Amino acid sequence: MMTREHYQQAVYPTPFHARTSAANTLNLWHRWKDCTVADAYSDVSMEYTALRNACTVFDLSPMTKHRIDGPDALAFMNRLVTRDVAKIKPGRVGYTVWCDDQGQVIDDGTIFHFDAGVYRLCSQERQLDWLQDSALGFDVRIHEETTEVAALALQGPTSCAALKRMGLTGIETLTPFGMRSFPFAGTQLQVSRTGFTGDLGYELWIEPEHALVLWDRLFDAGSAVGIKPMGTLALEMSRVEAGFIQAGVDFLPADRAVRPGRTRSPFELDLAWLVDFNKPNFTGRSALLREQAEGSRYRLLRLDVEGNKVAKDAFVYNSRQKVVGVVTSYVWSPAVKASVALASVEMPWGRPDDELLVDIYYQKELQWNRKMARCRLVAGPFYTPARRKMTPAPEF
Amino acid sequence: MSSGANSNQRYDAIVIGAGHNGLTSAAFLARAGLKVLVLERNSYIGGAAVSRELHQGWIYSNCSYVCSLLRPEIYRALDLARHGLQIVPYGGGVTFTRDGDYLGGYVDKDVKRREIARHNAHDADAWQRYSRDTMRQCRFIRSLLLRTPPDPTSLKLRDLRELLYLGKRFADLGEQGIYDTIRFYTLSIADYLAEYYESDLVRANFSGSGIIGTALGVHSPGTAYVLLHHYMGDVDGQAGAWGYARGGMGAVSKALAGALQSFGGEIRCDAPVEKVLNRGRQVTGVVLASGEEILADRVLSNLDPKRTFLGLLDQKSLEPELVAKARNFKIRGSSGKLNIALDGLPEFPALGRNHPLHCGDLHFLDSMARFERAYDDWKDGRWSRDPYLDLLIPSMTDPTMTPAGKHYMSVFVQYVPPKVQGRDWTQADRDAFRDTVFDQIETQSPGFRKLVLHAEVRTPQELENEVGLTEGNIFQGELTVDQLFFNRPFPGFAQYRGPLRGLYLCGSATHPGGGVMAAPGANAAREVLLDLGRPEGVPEGWSDD
Amino acid sequence: MTERAPIFIVGGGHNGLVCAAYLARAGRRVVVLEAAERAGGCAATHEFHSGFRVSSIAHLLYGLDMQVAGDLNLTQHGLAYAQQNLRSVALHTAADALVFDGDSASGAGLDAADRDAFQRFVAARRRFAAVLACWHAAPPPRLALSGWRDALPVAKLGWAVRRLGRKDMRELLRIATMSVDDWLNEYFTSARIKGALALDAVLGAWAGPRSGGTVFASLHRAAGGGAYSVPQGGMGSLSAALVRAATAAGAEIRCQARVAGFEVVAGRVSGVRLASGETLACSGVVSALDPQQTLLGLLGARHLEAEFARRVQHLRATGTAAKLHLALSRAPEFHGLKTQDLGERLLIAPDADYVERAFNPAKYGEYSPQPVMEIHLPSIHDASMAPAGQQVLSAVVQYAPHNLAAGWPAARSRFLETCLETLARHAPGLRASILHAELLTPADIAERVGITGGHWHHGELALDQYLMLRPVPGAAQYATPVAGLFLCSAGTHPGGGVLGTPGRLAAAQLLAREAAP
Repeated sequence: MMTREHYQQAVYPTPFHARTSAANTLNLWHRWKDCTVADAYSDVSMEYTALRNACTVFDLSPMTKHRIDGPDALAFMNRLVTRDVAKIKPGRVGYTVWCDDQGQVIDDGTIFHFDAGVYRLCSQERQLDWLQDSALGFDVRIHEETTEVAALALQGPTSCAALKRMGLTGIETLTPFGMRSFPFAGTQLQVSRTGFTGDLGYELWIEPEHALVLWDRLFDAGSAVGIKPMGTLALEMSRVEAGFIQAGVDFLPADRAVRPGRTRSPFELDLAWLVDFNKPNFTGRSALLREQAEGSRYRLLRLDVEGNKVAKDAFVYNSRQKVVGVVTSYVWSPAVKASVALASVEMPWGRPDDELLVDIYYQKELQWNRKMARCRLVAGPFYTPARRKMTPAPEF
Repeated sequence: MSSGANSNQRYDAIVIGAGHNGLTSAAFLARAGLKVLVLERNSYIGGAAVSRELHQGWIYSNCSYVCSLLRPEIYRALDLARHGLQIVPYGGGVTFTRDGDYLGGYVDKDVKRREIARHNAHDADAWQRYSRDTMRQCRFIRSLLLRTPPDPTSLKLRDLRELLYLGKRFADLGEQGIYDTIRFYTLSIADYLAEYYESDLVRANFSGSGIIGTALGVHSPGTAYVLLHHYMGDVDGQAGAWGYARGGMGAVSKALAGALQSFGGEIRCDAPVEKVLNRGRQVTGVVLASGEEILADRVLSNLDPKRTFLGLLDQKSLEPELVAKARNFKIRGSSGKLNIALDGLPEFPALGRNHPLHCGDLHFLDSMARFERAYDDWKDGRWSRDPYLDLLIPSMTDPTMTPAGKHYMSVFVQYVPPKVQGRDWTQADRDAFRDTVFDQIETQSPGFRKLVLHAEVRTPQELENEVGLTEGNIFQGELTVDQLFFNRPFPGFAQYRGPLRGLYLCGSATHPGGGVMAAPGANAAREVLLDLGRPEGVPEGWSDD
Repeated sequence: MTERAPIFIVGGGHNGLVCAAYLARAGRRVVVLEAAERAGGCAATHEFHSGFRVSSIAHLLYGLDMQVAGDLNLTQHGLAYAQQNLRSVALHTAADALVFDGDSASGAGLDAADRDAFQRFVAARRRFAAVLACWHAAPPPRLALSGWRDALPVAKLGWAVRRLGRKDMRELLRIATMSVDDWLNEYFTSARIKGALALDAVLGAWAGPRSGGTVFASLHRAAGGGAYSVPQGGMGSLSAALVRAATAAGAEIRCQARVAGFEVVAGRVSGVRLASGETLACSGVVSALDPQQTLLGLLGARHLEAEFARRVQHLRATGTAAKLHLALSRAPEFHGLKTQDLGERLLIAPDADYVERAFNPAKYGEYSPQPVMEIHLPSIHDASMAPAGQQVLSAVVQYAPHNLAAGWPAARSRFLETCLETLARHAPGLRASILHAELLTPADIAERVGITGGHWHHGELALDQYLMLRPVPGAAQYATPVAGLFLCSAGTHPGGGVLGTPGRLAAAQLLAREAAP
């Protein structure tokens, strides 16, 4: 498949590039591994608004995808990840993390359960080395299929309406984290009710050769319900608003960590709900059991920061002005009209009564200011519209 | 200051040998206010870091040829940029395969990953783990480069403090990290790579760094460590990246000499030292081959301990045990070099035209067995019939090396014995050796020979005779664990001091060893200044790595 | 109240038997499950030709744990020696043999300097080996250097080195990772001495004298005292004595009970599955099989965590030693060997380069065209081994890598011919007296005794697999990550050779863990 001349194009277009480049009026691109996706097409805030008000399309193709099947696929998946994969039935999708032996998170991602025993693992980082090593003693086949599947995220209140208009009859009955296959343009279109925006939304999966047809039909169908392409910058705003963590941003993938102690366990990322000690053995189990008994080193916090400045590159302080952590993600949330942030703080800080502050450096017309802003702890997402979980999905 | 009347000149310190480490030591001492003289046997400075015009219009880096390890702390402390030094990174490298393909080591990480995946999908992802683990080892050793090794048998405060530092760095690795580190230092490069890569080609591609300059094969335990001497450097934060000194490696020596002279230090060429003078246990100066005596209370030798202790000292003043240690110090010639003036740019059909890696380092061994057989030849006292070449065309990157449109090719060759089955190299040997190398290049670059205008053949014998590296060992002593850190050059003498008061070693035979790193020179200078009660001024390394 | 389920020892090799005996002595119900008809593993005697018996794999005893011998009263249980303190004799095709007896070397061509150097060498080796012996007496500590409690056992290891005094301490830190070739060159000029001593450092190893770390291997071999002896009736007698000791202590030994796998419930070994299909409940399992087979084969990687399993998978365990057994109609005559030395330990390793060259092919998956050998004729001092007037020759032959590129079925007869040719060069009349020849390649050993890679030491005995790294971190203190499952084979600390120490230390660890809250 790959020729030795691949170097002549260091960064690849995605299967949607013909359309995304035509739409990218700013010619603003983001390098996502060895592909380009748009940072923004026209205006970040308008794209964000379209997401929360109508629907937007994000090119998801560079997402790493591995297909896993074979007689031991379930046993293998269960040994790999922290949650009980047996509970993810065929036709369902589950969010999960996987750890190294020390119980440190290697990556997070989603497991798609197609037919019984056939899975797709979607993740930020490539994992073939880890997956193959983990497969020792299991009868499974692991195949990286990143470039064999083109993907779009269609997100926002009118996303279901757009799909219905495209002819996906009955799509409104698809429950969150459900997936369904539809005949489409002579092939099969996989639709999952998943996303990274915390809104009502879907992800669409198709062979690359049908990518442009999908894009065109989707925009035709969506034109009446305000569909717009969206870039990474607006996605990032919605991602933080939804309180989702991202590999390489909110935690360091354990298999990339050169310096010891820089990684995080699921508990330290507020993902205890993903750890199931009642299922069979999995990598990281004993370390996580120990951590559960002895306590964690860090805690992930969701912070509502007072004032209107974002907590960029900020340290987190306790009330005695001692540094107890760092902000890992931040955004001004147009939805809740607040400066919000994700932060990693040392234990025991972040208890309900702890007063925490962040230091914010900001400039107005080249004059720099520093302020200490008080933070309020928020449990769960900063913004989560009711439509996200409604089934049948609403029209808007 | 000149007195004129007294023929015996007096210096605070004399440095024997104007190699990069000697010059570095001298520069730091001069900067601290000492009156320093560097004595060089050859008519040119630089030792093995030289730029020489051996064919008219062509500049050869005829010994060392690339630069990565030179410690940036030293670069900055001696203001080498002001003295003309400029390091230019070159892009990546290639391992050619016998079936006409290649594995490219591209600079861009994603392209490199894809390239490995072209040969083995698993190995492409394993490369991440390999890079991480190797970088962990680099981080560990980097923290030790600009420090003097402690004597583990000593109870002196300073040694205990340094041992504690070492222990702390060790503990910081974490439990599994400690195990991994012990294994790393005792594994062969072949076994180390086998823990990551499935593909023989991919393993071969990463193997060269484990054996360059080393009289060991890829299956010899201890070669994984040698990797670090090619990975622990950096060019502007790009860890493991390699570059050229603009104008050839002589530019490094020239800049160091410039720094030295700017601090008032002196250099004398054509001044071979015959003996180090002593009165009792105290060094008093040196006597040149010409009979001239130059006095100084401190003498630093850039030469290896065999040459220094067994060659320059009064043998009566040496303990027999020290003599035995110096004799047993392993310095093995295992590499050679061809410097070639070319009439034009040689083409490598596998790469095609305008390939970005054409200007990188090119390699021809595509399997572990070929590497190991190359070593087996050396054990039998022959140069490898199918040698490991590290081939570069510096003139593609550095416009100062040749006339425009012409090219300079530097070919490092592993393995090459110091003697051919026990006898000295003859001209016929040299020709045959050159042809072996040319033949291998021709396999990937048909017609290459027709471009050759001039070729300098350097066997370990030339390296020994011209540069004074015993047996032609490029690291001034094998980089095996028994000769590293507090064992370098040997136990009891790892803190840069010789058997006489005022005698110091400052060459690559001391910690942290070979490569154009300048760290031994800096560390030796720090020890001299420490003995003078003013150790400040020699950087100890950046702590926030 | 029902009786508590027994502890199963998987594999009745010497370490399994030792472990069983110690556990039984401590009052545990112990059952040894042995796949073969008889317990013994690598320490066995078999009849390979009518009336001719030989020690099947290991044929000399050089490091038997004296504490084990004493604790288990092995003498009382029938262990007797046919011969003790064997001398080592280096053969040569064109010169007189060289004889090593304790710290003296004698024979043709040795000058005073070499004889003196040999004395100094043996003394130095003894001093350094004593450090290892001290380390071998206890389980290796973990290197979790996070507090004083962790640091103490590590400091103990360090103290053994420190106690050597400054000069020797420095020397040990220097030579520990060196190649034996470099070390020998510092002492000797005699090629013959160097050849013989080089062989000692690489017997059973995937390494040549120029491989780094072979000084360590040499010290490891010397750590047991360095004297060679032969049990009356061959190595099988040692196993028989161990069987009697274990049985006397209350252990049960079940032969022809091949274990096929373990039952694991909630992270704990709860039972043992036999190849017959039978499943036996247990309160614990100690495996005397090699770590790879135990952890990846019987247990299965799925019960382990991924990085740990990867480390086990990458254990270095490629056997290079074959075993040659000859039934001879009469005593052979070796060139330059005095008749009275025929029963000693005979070596074919004329110089270190010969040994290194013999190793070269192993790196490419080929066997040595001129192999090295450690030869012993048990029938000389033990009449029970061969019919009267006839002799048995037993030889360890290297290098014959397990992973032979050509495959052993195809190469076996050619390699046997190579071995005989090598022997015939040293004993010209030998061929005519051969009644029967048996060659056990590492592939045969793997098959017959069930060792991964046919590696005698259950994993290369090298610095990267020593102490807290043996077999791998996470299982170096005999306990595995799976509760109730322990290792006690030569693949654990302190390693291979017929020592019994792993069995003893593993038993102690199991008991200590039981006692811990």
